[in-house]
Amino acid sequence: MSSVAVIDYGMGNLHSIAKALLRVGGSTQVWVTADEKKILQADRVVFPGVGAIRDCMQALRRLGLDRVIEEVAGTKPLLGICLGLQALLEESEEGGGVPCLGLFPGAVVRFSEPLTDADGAVLKIPHMGWNGVFQSAGHPLWSGIPQGSRFYFVHSYYAEPAAANHVAATTNYPQPFACALARDNIFAVQFHPEKSQSVGLRLLENFAAWDGLNVT
Amino acid sequence: MGSDKPMGLAKRIIPCLDVDNGRVVKGIRFVDIRDAGDPVEVARRYDEEGADELTFLDITASSDDRETMVHVVEQVAGEVFIPLTVGGGIRTLEDIRRLLNAGADKVGINTAAVFNPEFVRQAAERFGSQCIVVAIDAKQVNGPGEAARWEIFTHGGRKPTGIDAVEWARRMVRYGAGEILLTSMDRDGTRQGFDLALTRTISEAVSVPVIASGGVGTLEHLAEGIIQGKADAVLAASIFHFAEYTIQEAKQYMAQQGIEVRLL
Repeated sequence: MSSVAVIDYGMGNLHSIAKALLRVGGSTQVWVTADEKKILQADRVVFPGVGAIRDCMQALRRLGLDRVIEEVAGTKPLLGICLGLQALLEESEEGGGVPCLGLFPGAVVRFSEPLTDADGAVLKIPHMGWNGVFQSAGHPLWSGIPQGSRFYFVHSYYAEPAAANHVAATTNYPQPFACALARDNIFAVQFHPEKSQSVGLRLLENFAAWDGLNVT
Repeated sequence: MGSDKPMGLAKRIIPCLDVDNGRVVKGIRFVDIRDAGDPVEVARRYDEEGADELTFLDITASSDDRETMVHVVEQVAGEVFIPLTVGGGIRTLEDIRRLLNAGADKVGINTAAVFNPEFVRQAAERFGSQCIVVAIDAKQVNGPGEAARWEIFTHGGRKPTGIDAVEWARRMVRYGAGEILLTSMDRDGTRQGFDLALTRTISEAVSVPVIASGGVGTLEHLAEGIIQGKADAVLAASIFHFAEYTIQEAKQYMAQQGIEVRLL
């Protein structure tokens, strides 16, 4: 029987992620945990998070989970969600600058204010609601998800990865930004699949079945 | 949409459900539903129709029964995978923590913000702005011929506070509100449409998304709230509850008006 560990470090709504994984994962066991042994034992790991990046990194370091995530990143399928994507970059400019895990080269930056679209209309920050996700390349996690499907977002910062081949999808707000990153056995999304109805559940289902190979 | 603009953020439609002691109240239309008072069944139906989020307003009078709402949220969050907001009677950080842990994505703070604005700051610092919605109940107070002005009212629109609505909205955003739920107490329950001047004034005054509420009676009203009111989302109760329109119909109408919506 396979297992997914959802890393619990006190940052956000893990109930929904666990419930969504249980819904789509068949017989997959779902462990919401901060226990290093459990996380390293699981077949797959979800790294979620909402809130401030400084609190996130402090909590990870205090619990020793930064090292655990680095180890997971080298060994098994890892899915970062929202702040769990941002923490994978080298640093974030939020809160005066916070060093992050550095699993993807690049930085996390804020949407610049005022943000306006082509017609001059002001775009609100946070970027909140359902926006289109355009897959940059084939990936097992996009299986069965149509191009341009809308996922639910809520964030004020976004990733600027240094390597173009790490961008798994983009979203327009109003300029395209990287809303999903991928390399090797790591996949990370800025949006919330656990709050994105059927397309979100499909992505989680794909993750629960992913062997960590980045081929389609 | 029919334009050559690239796909962008959709405007949201949010049905609002009043929950009293764990039961959805006010007549709900779904005739084929087993139990129209069951929050899980009603939530599931709105989700299938394409609701972009759901808002639960806890109108339970007794604070002893608040625990019931936590169980409602747990049940709904285990079945429906779209964002859930819970409002009504939220006064402490512990109230918020319990609702978020149960599966709520956002909480609406209303009266507690008026009596203790620092509560909003503490809540945003502790849980993040993304989950803090400040609910503003406003009423027009200027005399005839004067420039339009709105004030914050409490107790269902009965008690004036003397606080200017625009100033208040700006202050709440400075304190960390991630979204504003704006209700016109002049229009609430009238079915005459949103107070568009109020909606536009607040939406243009703050950087965060504004949800328009109060007064929806037709699909035109929903579209007006977005186009003229500049709202980022529209919240409605009765037009969806009483068999008049489905959410899908509302979205199709809005799309015909050139509004970007999420169609299933």
